[in-house]
Amino acid sequence: MAAPAAKQQGFYDCRDAWARTIEELAENDPRIVAVVNDSVGSSKLGGFQKKFPDRLVNVGIAEQNMVGVGAGLANGGRIPFVSAASCFLTGRALEQVKADIAYAGFNVKLVGQSSGVAYGELGPTHHSIEDFAWLRPLSNIKVVVPADSWETAEAVKWAAAYEGPVYIRLSRMPVPDLVVENRKFQPGKAETVRKGDDVTIIACGTMVHLAVQAAVELEAEGISARVLNMATISPLDEAAISAAASETGAIVTVEEANIHGGLGGAVAEHTSANLPVPIERMGFPGFVPTGSVEWLFDHFGLTATGIARSARKAIGRKRG
Amino acid sequence: MLKNDLVDTIREKALWMRRRAFTMVHDAQLGHPGGDFSAIDIIATLYFGVMRYDPKKPDMPERDRFIMSKGHATGALYTALCAAGYYPEEWLKTYMQPQSKLNGHPNRNYLPGVETNTGPLGHGLPVALGIAIAGQLTGSDYRTFVLTGDGELQEGSNWEAAMSAGNRKLGKFTLIVDRNRLQQGMGTEETNGLDPLDDKFRAFGWDVEVIDGHDVGALVNALSEPPGGRSKPLCIIANTIKGKGVSFMENKASWHHGVPNAEQYNTAMEELV
Ligand SMILES: Cc1ncc(C[n+]2csc(CCOP(=O)(O)OP(=O)(O)O)c2C)c(N)n1
Repeated sequence: MAAPAAKQQGFYDCRDAWARTIEELAENDPRIVAVVNDSVGSSKLGGFQKKFPDRLVNVGIAEQNMVGVGAGLANGGRIPFVSAASCFLTGRALEQVKADIAYAGFNVKLVGQSSGVAYGELGPTHHSIEDFAWLRPLSNIKVVVPADSWETAEAVKWAAAYEGPVYIRLSRMPVPDLVVENRKFQPGKAETVRKGDDVTIIACGTMVHLAVQAAVELEAEGISARVLNMATISPLDEAAISAAASETGAIVTVEEANIHGGLGGAVAEHTSANLPVPIERMGFPGFVPTGSVEWLFDHFGLTATGIARSARKAIGRKRG
Repeated sequence: MLKNDLVDTIREKALWMRRRAFTMVHDAQLGHPGGDFSAIDIIATLYFGVMRYDPKKPDMPERDRFIMSKGHATGALYTALCAAGYYPEEWLKTYMQPQSKLNGHPNRNYLPGVETNTGPLGHGLPVALGIAIAGQLTGSDYRTFVLTGDGELQEGSNWEAAMSAGNRKLGKFTLIVDRNRLQQGMGTEETNGLDPLDDKFRAFGWDVEVIDGHDVGALVNALSEPPGGRSKPLCIIANTIKGKGVSFMENKASWHHGVPNAEQYNTAMEELV
């Protein structure tokens, strides 16, 4: 499929951290298995396959079967990491995800690769921008969206140890490591990447580093923007959102996803019912035109400058 | 047209399609050339030797339908539709560019001649089945052709559709399987084997023909309607070579979505004559 974007210095493809971590975990825990749909390469599981050929179940191009097999492996005492392009893992197998994983409550880890619009020119069939809206209501599943390599590794380790269904949403777009002091991965908790009082930018995944850049841009104008890395979309850290609403009075949400029903939708649901404040939701409004990832980000304003613009707009909408 | 002339015409079109498709993939540095090349002789035969259509009337109700279920092979589909007269050659230059009508997977809302959007595997056969049922319901004589990959047949949706088609005795329904024996990562038989594929379709109530998918004469024969028509759907298992026509691409899984550098491009162009 699409070639990964040219590598920038200091930017890393989180799939590498995923692959390293799952191999390490598998060394120490024989229960860990991987399940794929002809997606060994795109999941970067070539190394895993070499080390543990028997523990990689490739069902072929058959996502419904793949997710069902994941549930069965969990029933048989294994810890399956079901890894495939997010679009097919969540879209094609949605009922299996709902009934066999969420409702049945099996200890299955779904790992969505190349999520969002990472497949660029391959178009909306291959984009996974609806997955948040599809999975958020499946209340049993923890939806985790790492923002960088470190967080990817932590999330995978946590998921292996946690007993229950998890969806980890990865990209293939290279991202820089975030700079946060005393970092600790806390599922279900927002991470404050920058403090601020005028507006809060709530971002996840590939958008977090852009949100930080936007905050730097805003600082130069005397606007103090808080940046939250909302690495868990479900369950949502409602306390952090309430604090953002009451302390900064305006919110921008940024996600590499459809703005309907995802992070922005979740934040809007919570604030409108509890602490209504102006919200600007950034993401994709629906199916997108043909274009590379970079072009799509730019076209839909998913850049530091675009996020800063939305932040000013949100501040301008504050009452009084 | 005499059979030999027809075969020559189709071969010429297929050669043009291979050259043009590879140029598109080279320029975009994106695409699925291996699967384009295994399918091109099949698609060229359909458009230039078998199907009834009018590019000026893409919605003509009585047109024969072609559904490209292996939607990743857009190099093959887009060059065929262009050569068939649906749009000017200029459009091919926009392949995968921002806001292009030539998206990485076909979109019927962008391009005339595209019957349905594909890209996720295992969607074409059910949609084609619906088209064939509609033809049966309305007493139309159009034929419905659908091309799937072989790896694609690992998707269960195909077998749901295959069962329905067999039960409904859809004589105007033809499935062509591009049997290149490779999928994305490796061989079909080492991933989730399909053989014996002919027996599977027979068991589902289909007529089956196994042919060389690069033998245009054989393709014309298999795809042409026999006098008196058929009483069952037809599955043509077309044995093909992924990357057919370029020595260094043939039978290499890495060319599933591999793209050529300048040197490889030039070598390929020298071979494709
Ligand atoms: C539902 C779904 N799962 C996975 C993919 C990713 N994918 C694209 S092409 C491909 C391999 C297809 O193999 P095959 O059907 O044999 O096609 P061909 O070899 O003719 O290109 C895969 C796995 C997809 N497009 N859709």
